[in-house]
Amino acid sequence: MATTIDARGLSCPQPVLMFMDAVKSSPDKEIIVLVDTDASMENVTRAAESKNCKVTVTQEADEYRLTIVRS
Amino acid sequence: MTKNFFGTRTGIILVGAIIGILAPLLQKLGNPGNMGICVACFERDISGGLGFHRAEVVQYLRPEIIGFVLGSLAAALLFKDYRARTGSAPFVRFVLGVFAMIGALVFLGCPWRALLRLSGGDWNAILGLAGLISGIWIGTLFLKNGYNLGRTQKTHFTAGLLMPLVMAGFLILMLVYPQVAQEPKSGVLFYSVKGPGASHAPLFVALGAGLLIGFIAQRSRFCTMGAFRDLILFKQVHLVSGVLALVVMAVIMNLILGQFHMGFEKQPVAHNLHIWNFIGMALAGLAFALAGGCPGRQLFLAGEGDGDAAVFVFGMITGAAFAHNFGLASSPTGLGPHGMAAVAVGFVVCLFIGLTMRKTN
Repeated sequence: MATTIDARGLSCPQPVLMFMDAVKSSPDKEIIVLVDTDASMENVTRAAESKNCKVTVTQEADEYRLTIVRS
Repeated sequence: MTKNFFGTRTGIILVGAIIGILAPLLQKLGNPGNMGICVACFERDISGGLGFHRAEVVQYLRPEIIGFVLGSLAAALLFKDYRARTGSAPFVRFVLGVFAMIGALVFLGCPWRALLRLSGGDWNAILGLAGLISGIWIGTLFLKNGYNLGRTQKTHFTAGLLMPLVMAGFLILMLVYPQVAQEPKSGVLFYSVKGPGASHAPLFVALGAGLLIGFIAQRSRFCTMGAFRDLILFKQVHLVSGVLALVVMAVIMNLILGQFHMGFEKQPVAHNLHIWNFIGMALAGLAFALAGGCPGRQLFLAGEGDGDAAVFVFGMITGAAFAHNFGLASSPTGLGPHGMAAVAVGFVVCLFIGLTMRKTN
């Protein structure tokens, strides 16, 4: 199971805050974050990497899907 | 996916350093003291240049601001990062812009100028920066408690172009009605004959510097408010490393150019009312934190299609009009007659916004 966070349309720092909350509250190893700006994609990636997570980014039209696997 | 170089640590440091080099140079080329770049002051001057307020010493359509927006647009289009979007509580952002400007004009500068004032040896900026960080800290408390202005909506591609077009329109006005020496008006535009508004680098130099900064700052997401917010919220030093690079390079440049003068007294376009330097900037910092970006960042966001950021910018321009029409702005001689009252109202409004606009999951 993966936790999915829909942060589309939200500006920083909301996507990062939502991701950080999920890191604390979710038991899932995998967290998927949906964002729709490059800045949010970069910010969440940076935050995840600082938590030693592995991040895979896929682009779907104007949106990004970040698959974050916790170590 | 190609990695965004300016999004790396090296990239953000480089952007901060370039701003730190260009701002003192702009001052050398004519911009006011310790005001090579000041987003708040320059938007205030734009407000005056358009005649929204009639403070005769601060009227000039600053090309740097125009360049910030157009440079950001160019970067966003080139790197396919342009997203036309709007609809996240625009009027709330407008009001935040108004009070952000009022707070900044009580201190006499935006966060960028606070850093540049510090880099020029103006120790009053220490109080301003302490206030800024305190205001941002209050903002982070609201963020932790669910403060959120809601989602934006995608909109027409062309809707996001309106702010850059407005800026391009301002530039055309400057070319159609150029400054005439010793004349306070040229066509529809107001120009300062003396005071900070009369001090400016040549138009195309200022525009060029603005375009370059707008371009690289859009790529790097350079944000002075975000720097301190991320440090407080996430203990992240990414953005703050760019801010530090700005200060280091600006100090070096000011020393080279003979623009470094240490002290609290007789600093250009500044007063030394410590408490009000602190409180004014605390209000601005809180408003920036609630709006999600420092005034520079709001211009870069507006350039990449964010209509809400554009509304914030026009909130600031309107705030400047209030500040000078109502006697809220400070001057080197001290506070405006109603500055204290305006700051108090600003805090009440920001606390109201921060406390009531929460989304609990």
